[in-house]
Amino acid sequence: MLRYTLKRFLSLLISLAIASLVIFAVVEVAPGDPASFMLGINAQPDTIAALRSELGLDVSRPERYLNWVGGLLQGDFGTSYTYRTPVSDMIADRLWVSLPLALYALTLSTLIALPAGIYAAARRGRAGDVVTMGATQLGVAVPNFWFAMILVLIFAINLRWFAAGGFVGWDQGLIAGLHSLTLPAIALALPQASILARVMRSSLLDILGEDFMRTARAKGLTRRQALWRHGVRNALIPVLTIIGLQFSFLLAGSIIIEQVFYLPGLGRLVFQAISSRDLIVVESVVMLLVFAVIVVNFAVDLAYALVDPRLRVRS
Amino acid sequence: MTLLRIKDLSLQIAGKPILKDVSFDIGAGEIVAVTGESGSGKSMTALAVMRLEPDRSSVSGSILFDEVEILTQTEAQMCGVRGQAVGMVFQEPMTALNPVKTIGDQVAETILVHGAASKAEAMARARDLLNRVGLPEDRFPLSRYPHELSGGQRQRVVIAMAIALRPRLLIADEPTTALDVTTQAQILDLLKDLVREYGMGLLIITHDLAVVAELADRIVVMRYGEVVETGATAALLANMQHPYTRMLFAASGHQVTLPERQDAPPLLEVRNAVRDYRLPRTRLFQPPETFRAVNDVSFALHKGERLGLVGESGCGKSTLTRAILGLEEVQSGQILLDGEPVFAGHKPNLSVRRKMQVVFQDPFGSFNPRHRVDRLITEPFHLQDSPPTGSERSDRIAEMLVAVGLSPDDAGKYIHQFSGGQRQRIAIARALIIRPELILFDEAVSALDVSVRAQILDLLAELCETYNLTYLFISHDLSVVRTVTDRVLVMKSGEIVEQGDTEAVFGAPSHPYTRSLIEAAPVLPDLETFSRSI
Repeated sequence: MLRYTLKRFLSLLISLAIASLVIFAVVEVAPGDPASFMLGINAQPDTIAALRSELGLDVSRPERYLNWVGGLLQGDFGTSYTYRTPVSDMIADRLWVSLPLALYALTLSTLIALPAGIYAAARRGRAGDVVTMGATQLGVAVPNFWFAMILVLIFAINLRWFAAGGFVGWDQGLIAGLHSLTLPAIALALPQASILARVMRSSLLDILGEDFMRTARAKGLTRRQALWRHGVRNALIPVLTIIGLQFSFLLAGSIIIEQVFYLPGLGRLVFQAISSRDLIVVESVVMLLVFAVIVVNFAVDLAYALVDPRLRVRS
Repeated sequence: MTLLRIKDLSLQIAGKPILKDVSFDIGAGEIVAVTGESGSGKSMTALAVMRLEPDRSSVSGSILFDEVEILTQTEAQMCGVRGQAVGMVFQEPMTALNPVKTIGDQVAETILVHGAASKAEAMARARDLLNRVGLPEDRFPLSRYPHELSGGQRQRVVIAMAIALRPRLLIADEPTTALDVTTQAQILDLLKDLVREYGMGLLIITHDLAVVAELADRIVVMRYGEVVETGATAALLANMQHPYTRMLFAASGHQVTLPERQDAPPLLEVRNAVRDYRLPRTRLFQPPETFRAVNDVSFALHKGERLGLVGESGCGKSTLTRAILGLEEVQSGQILLDGEPVFAGHKPNLSVRRKMQVVFQDPFGSFNPRHRVDRLITEPFHLQDSPPTGSERSDRIAEMLVAVGLSPDDAGKYIHQFSGGQRQRIAIARALIIRPELILFDEAVSALDVSVRAQILDLLAELCETYNLTYLFISHDLSVVRTVTDRVLVMKSGEIVEQGDTEAVFGAPSHPYTRSLIEAAPVLPDLETFSRSI
């Protein structure tokens, strides 16, 4: 298990190094000089040169790459070209909204999907299965911003249980913070839960057809016991893969939901940064997301090994 | 005393009759073998006794176990019977165990699920059971996972699970079909000992009549879901009533006569072939270790000769086959066909490749289901510089289909329209169509029923006559190799331990391994001497 963990960790470091190179290279080839962009078309050449040196743009490319990576490692993401504030502060503010929102949505989605998928698989072909799968079909088909609008209509406007948008901030307390993230989290979770439930169902159905399930029944286990003791854990492996992918998506892919609920999240930050050519912000956020994806994959790999002993290499 | 009495058992799945009026008994301590070809309903009979038949089946008749009617038991009552009063062992040990649970947990589960002991006691009893089935503690701690065990060892775990609560009846569905002969002999001995020790009834399902004859007290022969004949083993063998039973036994011991082989120069020469596989690195800064699958193997195959290659799983047969076919390069040594190397400069040598064809084991998996037969069997044409076209092509297709006993009209059909035996004929047609110098048969008849296997063996003998075939016949089935080859190689742990004329090797094996293989293989009793002795 230790060897496996070390191996996965090594591959994590290599992936991060390659990703940082690629991101840096892509941003480098993007046209336009940030300094002249920031100062506008009427700027003097010497003012631009001064700003370039202030931004660290006047050194060679390898040196700039090393400065950037060195900064990242120390939590220094550079200064935003448009807002002239440290990028790390901007990201940190947004991350405190996006990360809890993603985790909240992922928890909801998993809590809904796994029981629904197991329920449907256990009742394959019967009414419970048909209804559950019909619901997930709807969940996959309907876009999440539409869900978001319906949720706002019902729970914010009619029932007045939640605010229609905005984020109160964590200084109001954990409960208040979670309360204001609930509607967006549900809107994000429903489509994801639908996909996950379908994966869970089909994976479990495959497992139910395996020989060892028949062995379990021949030992005297009831259908239900066999399903829970031998089926579910084996069926989790493909589900873990999807959970990993979904987390990465939820972290930055929620831009529309952030827009609908007027949440200051990472998605909106990237969107604004791209519109205003604030490349250093784009670069940093992208790197952060890549980091998140790679770390999540690492966690998923470790989870695989916990679930499946065949992956733990015995020395 | 009758332990299990099956009377007029019929079973339908979605209206389709699978079992028709099946009746037989098993007494305590008795071994009853149910035999028959695929689709005869033998496994379904076993599943019906456990009430584990597929959903949507309807069952009628009567199954009395210990004077209790199984068919009227509720599902909850059946859960009490399964594992406790009736244990079951399945065919595929590789998949019969849950891969994510330890063997200790899985054996203990049988005890725990019936509430027969506390967790600690159950684990202790699991330990005893594993010791009893030949998996001692020092090498097989309870914390092992199934993937760390071989097929035979897994089957022992499955048996330990099945006998954990000393059931009165043990059902074994083809328990040794997936195992090597020496392992098969051990598992059968284990089952026999357990029956004697525990006084269990054993219902063994097998298609292997040699196993049946050696093991069973009574035989039940099934066909198309019906029992065609049943009786005490000795009496039934001595005096078979039903033509199907006679056909089955005749086909099992089917012999073919090959045409005389002529002296000819060597066609395939394997010289000191070595194939290593890299093992996963165990230490970071040391070179990874290697596993030698083929170790210094040398032999020659002459033109017109039929050579057998036998050995148990993992002995290197398949690796050697792949190396000969040019699918993998050997690390050292040479493989020459007609004097030309199979690999030229780390690339497969196409001019040699077109002189060889192969027939694989699985007649269901080795065809593209979306192609018609004419396209399937002409696949090897792409190896040729100027493959036949037009009427010449269709003549060749027709000729080949006729040669393997099919009709030229079959060219337009898809593969799913054929039975397993017919598919294997198509595979042979595909191999034969470019008139290769050498054909490799890789377990080509192992997946077939005995009657179909007999027909395919006849076909081979016929084709030898017509086309003067040269082939390498790779199989774990000694009786088949004995009848279709002139010479045989015995392979063990990557090395050829014995080679010689087939009859000489089988008649008087010189290597201890060959002797153990031949002794372990169950043999059909000689029916004539059998009937005279009765």
